[in-house]
Amino acid sequence: MLIRPIFASLRKHRLATFLIAMEIALACAVLCNACFLIVNRVQQIRIHSGVDESALAAIRLTGFDDGQGVDLNARVLSGLAKVPGMQSVSVISAVPFGGFANNAGIATDAAGKQFAGVVNFYSGGPGSFKALGLQLIAGRLPQDGDYQPVIHFVPDDALVWVTKSLADHAWPGVDPLGKEFWVGKPHFRVAGVVAHLARPAPGEGGPSTIDWSVFVPSQPGAHFAGSYLLRASPAQLPRVLRDARAAIARIAPDAVLDTAASQSVTNLRESFFQQDGSMARILLGVIAAMLLVTALGIVGLASFWVAQRRRQIGIRRALGATRGDILRYFQTENFLIVSLGIALGMLIAYVLNAVLMEFYELPHLPLYYLPIGAFALWALGQLAVLGPALRASHVPPVVATRSV
Amino acid sequence: MFGYYLDLARRSLQRTPVLTGLMVLAIGLGIGASMTMLTVLHVMTDDPMPGRSAYLFRPYLNPVPLRMNRGMGPDPSINLTWPDAMALLHARKGTYQAAMAGNSLVVTPVQGRLRPFTADGRMTTRDLFAMFGLRFVAGAAWSAEQDDGAAAVVVVSRSFAQRVFGKTQVVGSVVSMGGHDFRVIGVVSDWAPRPMFYVDASEKRYAGADAFFMPLSTGMALNLGTNGNQSGWGSDENNLHSPTVTWLQFWVELDSPAAVAGYRRFLYDYAASQKAAGRFQQPASTAHLYGLMGWLGKQHIVPGDVNMQAGLALIFFGVCLLNIVALLLAKYLRRAAEVSVRRALGACRRDIFVQFSVESALIGLLGGAVGLVAAELGLWSVRQRPDDYAHLARMDLPMLALALTASVLASVAAGVLPAWRAASVAPAMRLKSQ
Repeated sequence: MLIRPIFASLRKHRLATFLIAMEIALACAVLCNACFLIVNRVQQIRIHSGVDESALAAIRLTGFDDGQGVDLNARVLSGLAKVPGMQSVSVISAVPFGGFANNAGIATDAAGKQFAGVVNFYSGGPGSFKALGLQLIAGRLPQDGDYQPVIHFVPDDALVWVTKSLADHAWPGVDPLGKEFWVGKPHFRVAGVVAHLARPAPGEGGPSTIDWSVFVPSQPGAHFAGSYLLRASPAQLPRVLRDARAAIARIAPDAVLDTAASQSVTNLRESFFQQDGSMARILLGVIAAMLLVTALGIVGLASFWVAQRRRQIGIRRALGATRGDILRYFQTENFLIVSLGIALGMLIAYVLNAVLMEFYELPHLPLYYLPIGAFALWALGQLAVLGPALRASHVPPVVATRSV
Repeated sequence: MFGYYLDLARRSLQRTPVLTGLMVLAIGLGIGASMTMLTVLHVMTDDPMPGRSAYLFRPYLNPVPLRMNRGMGPDPSINLTWPDAMALLHARKGTYQAAMAGNSLVVTPVQGRLRPFTADGRMTTRDLFAMFGLRFVAGAAWSAEQDDGAAAVVVVSRSFAQRVFGKTQVVGSVVSMGGHDFRVIGVVSDWAPRPMFYVDASEKRYAGADAFFMPLSTGMALNLGTNGNQSGWGSDENNLHSPTVTWLQFWVELDSPAAVAGYRRFLYDYAASQKAAGRFQQPASTAHLYGLMGWLGKQHIVPGDVNMQAGLALIFFGVCLLNIVALLLAKYLRRAAEVSVRRALGACRRDIFVQFSVESALIGLLGGAVGLVAAELGLWSVRQRPDDYAHLARMDLPMLALALTASVLASVAAGVLPAWRAASVAPAMRLKSQ
């Protein structure tokens, strides 16, 4: 296949060629970056929470005085335990994806000089550690004596369980067991490490901090009441939660049930990531529309070129060119234009990525997105040009002998 | 002549229905996507107080230490501390001024059949009503004495009154909120400017509304707390009176440029005096007086996702336009023969150019019509989303006009180059080759 005549003909249509190439370049840049954004969002949506999500639900009550806390805890714990199918009820400050984060900056020295980041503290009453289904990878399980009364927002001097990623961040390369940290005066000592435990609002401090959680065994009381963790078998959970919500009206008629927060963890997760999901879908839509318009442009232009060159095609056919030759001519032509566009598109993709990095705290566009984008556009170009090119290859040689 | 060109354009487009369809579709999709996102941006950044916004100002003071470990969460300097808000309030340098903060209280309705529910409201000083122009359906705002005296009074919104009492003539009634009894002294018609410019970043600016208003002193005396952002850097983070805890919003009405300049000077002097006293570490020049729209701009109330979608939509529109330029170029250049004949019959280049531009404009008009349909579909899909601004996404008349104008202008612009190229065909050469 000779490329030179194609070049010669493209040179005659410099402007149109350049415009279509530019269009492909923009499409390529958007395609690469949008795919990257989608992958980022999907990764966020798919984070490990570290708990048995399908077996857990939360109940949150508001509108009671601190003074009623002890009484409320007692009524709710005993009342909800009677709901058929309930495996356990425990007091907890929050659940993953449930919002209501208890964030505080921690320091790894008593003077507070070595700042180790803002972490979330989960206060968990007796039974909650087991109910969450946390995976212990070092240290021991919390024991009865570890549950202490809440003074400020957590017990003031407590043994805690941290996640692996927090341990790696605060004490890199060292065994975290027995290590200490401070929040102002309150002091904590690591007694165990769990594989994962996502924040109640994962992602609020950036992707690297999703798992920066601390579990503090806490005794339910006046300052630690109103929020409960329910566990039931996944099949029964929806009914158990429905029954529990109905039972609350009887058990605690004076408190207000926060219906948005009293959900199964699966539902909480779904609503927490709803916006990311809808953004990913919009990006998919943008990609689809962009590729559609680009393909339409190629089809339109190729059809016109075929119509314009009917006579030339006829002459070439009369001179002995096969249908395949004509077909390949248009395919090669398209390949060249698309390649030009892709070359430009790679540059624009990087510029666009730099802009996105500036405004949206995104990482660098990994290099392998570029060849993927290139292949996609080559395929799209060949597909779009196939129709017009086939039509061209069916031009009979006899056209050459007719006048226009 | 125009009618003739229009007829020529119509014939030309009818001759190539597929290509015309492609171009109209491309313009339509581009316009539809851009208009959808621009409409969303437009409703999100619209002036919440038309006619009044030019006179409303938000003083900014920064009491935050120079070196402060900022982890996550909002900027603590966005709100004011109690001592600063009180200093600005008691200085009375504006026509009206009010300090305020949001709170949520459990309401126990008088009728036994209703379950208790949580209502969002505002504790504020009395100027808020006059400054923001709230309309009283019944009763009136509390007095200056009640403002200072922590009176257990409340002004409620019409829908709150309806919900709790089943009627709106409720002045004098008592409502139990947060475990305390409040006497209703006024009912205002429901008020929810979009965005809710006066609230802090933790509240729903596009979906929220205040159900009640009570004196700030009352909220403080009864220790009702705030549901907004509360950021502290001292040892007493839970004390709302603390000079190292920010949580209050403050607005002031200034009716003349002289008053604005005077307030700026006052604010600067206040910050300087606080710095001299050792309370502020930041230079006094960080004190600033923001206009309403400027404050919204500073707060970046448009989420990053929405900006990104708008950017994507505009790039998409660019791709569509490139597409149309290429297609028009191909289409017009193919008509060299027709151009040559017309030139030979006496048409000058300008005539040819105008003729082709009319054709481009016609394509734009058709594309705009398709674009409006696409934009309506797009906005409908935005309204299905969970975001709090979603329900606002509706097209208004100016946006509709903008969509059509943009479509026609864009396609005429896209057609300039192809039309010019077509018009510059040398007629003699073409005629000879026929």
